[in-house]
Amino acid sequence: MRPRALVLPLLFLASGAGADIPLAERRSGYEEMSRETRAMQDDDATNPATLWVLDGASLWESKAGADGKACADCHGDAATRMKGAAARYPRVFEGRLVNLEQRINLCRTAQQKAPAFAYESRELLALSAYLGRQSRGLPIEAATGQDAKPFLESGRAAYYRRQGQLNLACAQCHDERHGGKLAGTPIPQGQATGYPIYRLEWQGLGSLQRRLRNCMIGVRAEPYAYGSPELVELELYLMWRARGMTLETPAVRP
Amino acid sequence: MARTIVNVPARAGKGQVIEIKALVGHVMETGFRRTETGALIPRDIIRSFVCRYNGVEVFRADLHPAIAANPLIEFTTIATESGKLDFHWAGDNGFSADDSAPITIE
Repeated sequence: MRPRALVLPLLFLASGAGADIPLAERRSGYEEMSRETRAMQDDDATNPATLWVLDGASLWESKAGADGKACADCHGDAATRMKGAAARYPRVFEGRLVNLEQRINLCRTAQQKAPAFAYESRELLALSAYLGRQSRGLPIEAATGQDAKPFLESGRAAYYRRQGQLNLACAQCHDERHGGKLAGTPIPQGQATGYPIYRLEWQGLGSLQRRLRNCMIGVRAEPYAYGSPELVELELYLMWRARGMTLETPAVRP
Repeated sequence: MARTIVNVPARAGKGQVIEIKALVGHVMETGFRRTETGALIPRDIIRSFVCRYNGVEVFRADLHPAIAANPLIEFTTIATESGKLDFHWAGDNGFSADDSAPITIE
């Protein structure tokens, strides 16, 4: 009985520790960027992520796997048939929570009978950027149904959980100290509105999970593996937190 | 074959200054970085970029290791006659990429 008596007050403290950012005060990292970087993102001719989007467009049409099927053979024209799809991920599929990258790989293994793409591979980033591009400008509406609720709750718990040697929770920077500076760099609210992003620091495209793992390494925590349920749940919470905000995929960030 | 994206106005008035954007996919590996085991990663960069307007060179640039991956080059020229702009990138390890865009003078 004794451990339970200890846990209850701690839970109470944790739940009262951080208040969500009011919906009207949420801001995309886009608004904190320089004029030049914003211009780079807005124009497909200067947004370097377009290189991946074009790769994604050709992958969409190319046949793969034992059945020799292309994505387009089932889904047709991505510009019309896939419009809005990327804005609804992560979502529950056959009882488990999957993000867009995992959904692409499920299609690859089950429908195309082809080997799954590795996380952060050029191909997977290209296809997710291409699909994300079809939903650019649409509001984010990640799964909020009853079936997604337990995943959302554990993602929320992860967001408020202190971790790593620095003993920091996501919320301590991104809810409580956004707008401030960390070693000279502005702290954004951490609204995941544009993934996969072309990050100038990375000199390339990267997924939301790459960004999350970076943050975990930053607080000196052991990062979860790519594709692990913990990261996907955190992704779901972040997309729920950014619900209704405009999808900017593929975004450019400094 | 590297991906390239060039942006040239499709139409322009004679004598008008036009803005041209040329983006190319390339890692631009500096040659100064090392792997986890200390081995030097060999340099792999684009060395030069040339734009020709109906065969006449109108812009040239030499690229160096400090230039970012996927370099974007923006420059201007004067629209003189209808025709074609040709873009050529060349670099280490036999890297070569070409693109072109038409322009009509009104």
